[in-house]
Amino acid sequence: MDFLRPASWEEALAAKAEHPTAVPIAGGTDVMVEINFDHRRPEYLLDLNRVGDLYEWEVGEESVRLGASVPYTRIMEDLRAELPGLALASHTVASPQIRNRGGVGGNLGTASPAGDAHPALLAAGAEVEVESAARGSRLIPIDDFYTGVKRNALQPDELIRAVHIKKADGPQQYSKVGTRNAMVIAVCAFGLALHPGTRTVRTGIGSAAPTPVRARAAEEFLNAALEEGGFWDNGKIITPSVAKQFAELCSAACNPIDDVRGTASYRRHAVGVMARRTLTWTWESYRGTRNTSEGAA
Amino acid sequence: MPANGAPTKITQGSQTKGGIGESTLRPDGTLKVTGEFAYSSDMWHEDMLWGQILRSTVAHAEIVSIDTSEALATAGVYAVMTYDDLPAEVKHYGLEIQDTPVLAHGKVRHHGEPVALVAADHPETARRAAAKIKVEYRELPVITDEASATAPGAVLVHENRTDHHAGHVPHPNIVHRQPIIRGNAAEAAERADFVVTGDYYFGMQDQAFLGPESGLAVPEEDGGVHLYIATQWLHSDLRQIAPVLGLPEDKVRMTLAGVGGAFGGREDLSMQIHACLLALRTGKPVKIVYNRFESFFGHVHRHPARLHYEHGATKDGKLTHVKCRIVLDGGAYASASPAVVGNASSLSIGPYEVDDVEIEAIALYSNNPPCGAMRGFGAVQACFAYEAQMDKLADAVGMDRVEFRQLNAMSQGTIMPTGQPVDSPAPVAELLRRVKAMPMPPERQWESSEGPDVRQLPGGLSNTTHGEGVVRGVGYAVGIKNVGFSEGFDDYSTAKVRMEVVGGEPVATVHTAMAEVGQGGVTVHAQIARTELGVAQVTIHPADTQVGSAGSTSASRQTYVTGGAVKNACELVRERVLEIGRRKFGTYHPAWATAELLLEGGKVVTDGGEVLADLVDVLEGEAVEVEEEWRHRPTEPFDLRTGQGNGHVQYSFAAHRAVVEVDTELGLVKVVELACAQDVGKALNPLSVIGQIQGGTTQGLGIAVMEEIIVDPQTAKVRNPSFTDYLLPTILDTPTIPVDVLELADEHAPYGLRGIGEAPTLSSTPAVLAAIRNATGLELPRTPVRPEHLTGKA
Repeated sequence: MDFLRPASWEEALAAKAEHPTAVPIAGGTDVMVEINFDHRRPEYLLDLNRVGDLYEWEVGEESVRLGASVPYTRIMEDLRAELPGLALASHTVASPQIRNRGGVGGNLGTASPAGDAHPALLAAGAEVEVESAARGSRLIPIDDFYTGVKRNALQPDELIRAVHIKKADGPQQYSKVGTRNAMVIAVCAFGLALHPGTRTVRTGIGSAAPTPVRARAAEEFLNAALEEGGFWDNGKIITPSVAKQFAELCSAACNPIDDVRGTASYRRHAVGVMARRTLTWTWESYRGTRNTSEGAA
Repeated sequence: MPANGAPTKITQGSQTKGGIGESTLRPDGTLKVTGEFAYSSDMWHEDMLWGQILRSTVAHAEIVSIDTSEALATAGVYAVMTYDDLPAEVKHYGLEIQDTPVLAHGKVRHHGEPVALVAADHPETARRAAAKIKVEYRELPVITDEASATAPGAVLVHENRTDHHAGHVPHPNIVHRQPIIRGNAAEAAERADFVVTGDYYFGMQDQAFLGPESGLAVPEEDGGVHLYIATQWLHSDLRQIAPVLGLPEDKVRMTLAGVGGAFGGREDLSMQIHACLLALRTGKPVKIVYNRFESFFGHVHRHPARLHYEHGATKDGKLTHVKCRIVLDGGAYASASPAVVGNASSLSIGPYEVDDVEIEAIALYSNNPPCGAMRGFGAVQACFAYEAQMDKLADAVGMDRVEFRQLNAMSQGTIMPTGQPVDSPAPVAELLRRVKAMPMPPERQWESSEGPDVRQLPGGLSNTTHGEGVVRGVGYAVGIKNVGFSEGFDDYSTAKVRMEVVGGEPVATVHTAMAEVGQGGVTVHAQIARTELGVAQVTIHPADTQVGSAGSTSASRQTYVTGGAVKNACELVRERVLEIGRRKFGTYHPAWATAELLLEGGKVVTDGGEVLADLVDVLEGEAVEVEEEWRHRPTEPFDLRTGQGNGHVQYSFAAHRAVVEVDTELGLVKVVELACAQDVGKALNPLSVIGQIQGGTTQGLGIAVMEEIIVDPQTAKVRNPSFTDYLLPTILDTPTIPVDVLELADEHAPYGLRGIGEAPTLSSTPAVLAAIRNATGLELPRTPVRPEHLTGKA
């Protein structure tokens, strides 16, 4: 195995162009496990640890440009206000040691349906900034990014540079079911973001289908129900029947399997429960901020 | 004062600092916490090679061919070995039954069975080379449960059995069967006003010690080998290793290396023989270290069990009878299965008084992973089932569950199902009273002014509930565990104690072959020596086979048995020291001849406290050394038809109260508190006692809510051999564990102590299950309980 150590982003792109089979490694929290257990034997490892700007982020007007290697710990501590859903998801990633090393770029590169960041990215709305030496950079909408089980939309000569995530314009929540209370791979996960600006709701489901997915039918149903009832304006409590139907549609969006971590039937059920709860939490929060701002006005 | 020099009956006082009863700190504690302790996997030798084991990829198959040529041709490879390369006539080993081939011969019987060995100059080279060995298998049908094991025409896991259980088992795929019949359960059942039955399943738990199997074998000039190894019993290893190497035992020297946990998983051999074979074959030191994946295949697990119980009681709540049948899955090789059967049967009704019982326990041979010793050893599985039954029966009778247990609790004088009287304190009712009397943890601890603290809720930081669906439940359980090896086993230990003057100070050296696996024996031995010999300085000699056997570090026995051996050797040393004193100084003071003498604070003193001499002066120019075996009182085998016999040495009791909060919609569990009350006889080191109780409690929690090796029932292959999917409790899963320690002396045991390490593992699991049942109203007949069981989505 050859170990490539580019000193800059340009060198990294050149190395990837020259060795398209090279596996990028940053925190190593996924790749090293696979290598140690001999599940994977890449011909080349492309070490991105010397590419400093991958560890940086910028908070813009509309979105946060999050370097691919920014560790989860930083997201939890420094981007809680801008990216509340992703910050909650980051909390659930493995152990403190892993959160100090791992970043969203790795989650995206591996594209495992169980990656903790995906539901939060889907719910918030994000674009993945990828680049190749030959064709320069492009932005892949998160909805088009996951193409199959552990497959993504990257070309062999491309590397993930950053993720552009919309700054929260409303409450966001994230829940994950695992069979212990910390340091666990998701049995299933659910992200929900309210976007009062566009009066829409977005969702993300993890570990309950071959890829991370949005529950589009559930979103459409809820968007319509909220619009119809004037909920965004009147801030009423969402009726239990609406929440229930939303939850059922989220369950229906799943296409899970039975495995050692849980049954398909449980995953569908749990996604529904998380959908209902996160909707309640976010909506309560939305009503709270709405009432507070009205009171202040 | 006996003039003949016979040991005095004096129990030394506790005038010497750091003696028994004090919470002296572990000598290796700081090193372990700071990461500086050298574990067996840290060893290194100049010029050493790395050993690698090729394991079967299928559970049951004939080996058609093995082609090692490509592996042998790999640069850096020094040796490749298969069954055909074994050097001695003896090619099998085993704890009790020698049924385990050193390397597979003609057939593999479980997933991950060792088939071939490689030694190379780099671990990666060894691993690559092993992967190049081509093994052709012809798969056989797999035996995975009692039905497939005993079906007409079932494939025999072991053909032509000649072991000493072969004659009395009902089927060759049953390792051992132990019935226990006492009274007349059928007649007694007619007196019962209430009868409850239940079928229970206990999953396969892994010891999951953190230091994987590892060791270093160094060939020696005399043709022998020196093995540095993490194990639980050096001499048991030695007895199994030497014959297959074709060496006499004195040419196999063994030294204990740093052990990173054991819990029963190091009672059987793992890589010991393999490392020695490769070292002798290559003439170079060979190190083998398993990774976590291999570790799951490299040691036996806790027997999964199916248990059927029938309990009866009169309307005033007295137990009438118990019938039970326990089927333990021993997997492909016998390991400790026969003894586990003995425990499961003899302790199957729990710490209760019942005169009429009908008990049967069996262990299967199957193609599942081999199972053997693990903390609690057969008593754990039974406790899970009988405590569920006791709750059911209390409910049927209409009594409080704790009072029902107290009403039927055994006490000193109770006769066990085996006919053996319980002849030391058995404070079962008192332990239940104490654990029930502890204050309850406050409700809704997650609530705070800043919103819910999810760490206090089921799901923890995964943020699955802010209180929705959360219901509290409370459950109680109590258990009984035997201490020491039972059924007539000669369960002795040896200690060598030396006393001399070093650097102007009296120093005691304690040398035993006891495996320190974390239990704290090294701490306790020094405390005993200080108490008995009145010295401040005690050196604990590294454990090796240059001294006699200390028996196994298991069965909660080491403080009792090796501690007893150290105490005994110290007493003999003390007598010799006093003899020297009398010889040197007897004429200076009449008390040398008339008073009872003690060693305290580095001096010889009378029982009245008068100083007669400094130990430095007594021992000047003379060293005293004693090596002596020590035995607890003997036990008897259980009758093969009736199960009668004084089979056990001592019993150990613990009770738990579990408080859980269950997210009933998602099926997630937060164990809020696991309160424990345990009788320890005498706490030689109170801090270590608390540590053992909290550790055992947590291990019991693990099998209640998460820990399980999942074996595919179609292929008998292990599906989750990693810490990614075999989950252990993290600190966020570990509750507050308040401990109430009771010290009722057992007059038969050294200092009155009781073995403590296992009892808390028994009652913890059923207490948690009872609490979850209490919260959910579900029956939950299996453990571990998973979210799908709590939500009806299994």
